[in-house]
Amino acid sequence: MGKGRIEEKGLDLVKGNEALAMGAIDAGCRLYFGYPITPQNDIPEYLSKHLPLLGGEFIQAESEIASINMVLGAAATGTRAMTSSSGPGISLMQEGISYMAGSELPGVIVNISRSGPGLGGIAPSQGDYFQATRGGGHGDYRVLVLAPSSVQEMYDLTIKAFELADKYRNPVMILGDAIVGQMKEPLVRRTPEVREPPKEWALRGAKGREKNVLKSLYLGEGELTQHVWKLHQKYERMKEDVLYEAINLQDARLVVVAFGSVGRVARTAIEMVQKEGYPTGLIRPITLFPFPEEVIWETSKRVRDFLVIELNTGQMVEDVKLSVAEGTRVHFYGKPPGSMLTPEEVAEVILSNMK
Amino acid sequence: MYLNVIIAGFGGQGVLLIGNLLAYAAMQEGQNVTYMPSYGVEMRGGTVNCTVVISSEQIGSPVVGRPLSAIIMNQPSLERFEPRIMPGGLLLLNTSLVDPKLASRPDIEVISIPMNKLAEGNGDPKLANMVALGAYVEKTKVVSLKSIIAAFPHVLAERYHSLIPTNVEALQLGSRYMKDYGGK
Repeated sequence: MGKGRIEEKGLDLVKGNEALAMGAIDAGCRLYFGYPITPQNDIPEYLSKHLPLLGGEFIQAESEIASINMVLGAAATGTRAMTSSSGPGISLMQEGISYMAGSELPGVIVNISRSGPGLGGIAPSQGDYFQATRGGGHGDYRVLVLAPSSVQEMYDLTIKAFELADKYRNPVMILGDAIVGQMKEPLVRRTPEVREPPKEWALRGAKGREKNVLKSLYLGEGELTQHVWKLHQKYERMKEDVLYEAINLQDARLVVVAFGSVGRVARTAIEMVQKEGYPTGLIRPITLFPFPEEVIWETSKRVRDFLVIELNTGQMVEDVKLSVAEGTRVHFYGKPPGSMLTPEEVAEVILSNMK
Repeated sequence: MYLNVIIAGFGGQGVLLIGNLLAYAAMQEGQNVTYMPSYGVEMRGGTVNCTVVISSEQIGSPVVGRPLSAIIMNQPSLERFEPRIMPGGLLLLNTSLVDPKLASRPDIEVISIPMNKLAEGNGDPKLANMVALGAYVEKTKVVSLKSIIAAFPHVLAERYHSLIPTNVEALQLGSRYMKDYGGK
């Protein structure tokens, strides 16, 4: 990722949440609206310091509901804007996200998730997979979902998120957790070209042109049907932007599917069992919607056993089951949000599913 | 090259700082590195730890179940992490605060270092963490002491830069202690 992007600004040891904030700045985002919640506070902290220096605006809103509606308003002017929060705050934002999807407004929403339900805890969690990939709000809509697994990806995928949001005129969600948010790794920060398409639809004053209308209310005969079909076609087109990482699929006897931080834990586990002579592959979805169903389907025609590992009690496993060829055995190993998975533990699970 | 370490102690002992220094130094030496702080509802006087992974290859998990090495600065951390150390692994134990008899694993190398006492002898008991890091780097050679020293201005906030010389002294003290210890 990041190919073709210009001179490197050098290497620094950076926290994931800060890398994400840097990515937003380097993507040309100058407007942030949010309300504090752990474990994502490093994002607003960084942006509150840097956005004003760049001529941007940082607003701590009175609530998450206000934050997302400010993003909606900013997006309507064609300006790159974002918000970030965690589980409970993202729940509050769902109405606004639905309105953005209905009005075809771009915007980036970051969820560095907590472990719910309810207030839950602040430990790593993948419990918000359904909320992120199934819409979360009301109506027949989708948001693009990106799941970074490293500090570099927190940065790169944030830039990507703004590009995809503009490309599809649709909200994009970044789904992370306390591991990718709080860990530090070397980050290569680049000087990006801000690739922003022309936004003829934006509300910037209608002098000398027809007025633009941005809305999600369609009451005319057949109007809404037509609108939702149009949105549907857009969600289908998003498949051309599917991203995933694949390792050892060629000679694998079993393929692990895991995303985000768990994808990394699984990667080490796979190295462990490979050394013991058990050929294992990994598919790490980077876009959770659109889901990398094609690579899973193709691989499942050769590999009969799939093992889905999640830091929840079973969410993405449903998408894997929908993707595999008939006769594939889809195994699952998960732990409730708030607990932790180690490579040693995952390696044991892989072996027990292979022997 | 691959090494991981869990550094654990009381909040305030500076275990996160030495984790950061180690990670930064390794990065500057061209290694891949991850630094993971313990994350939860922490309180003053509670325990804190971090995991640093250093590798010449791409690093998968930043989370380590069974560490190859550990720097243990207090007793609760010994109880928590000693059983997890890999057989054949390394344990640097702060015997100023922990009775070395409590370290019970015969299948790991335990190195006893009176970290607080040494730091106190150098003028500041607060720098026990630097003694630990100096000893660890001397023992494992995972990075050079020079790289750690060069990391200080990048890792410490500017308002603390005046304290770097005393920190470096404590670091060198730990390194020398380990050199002498190695001869025993």
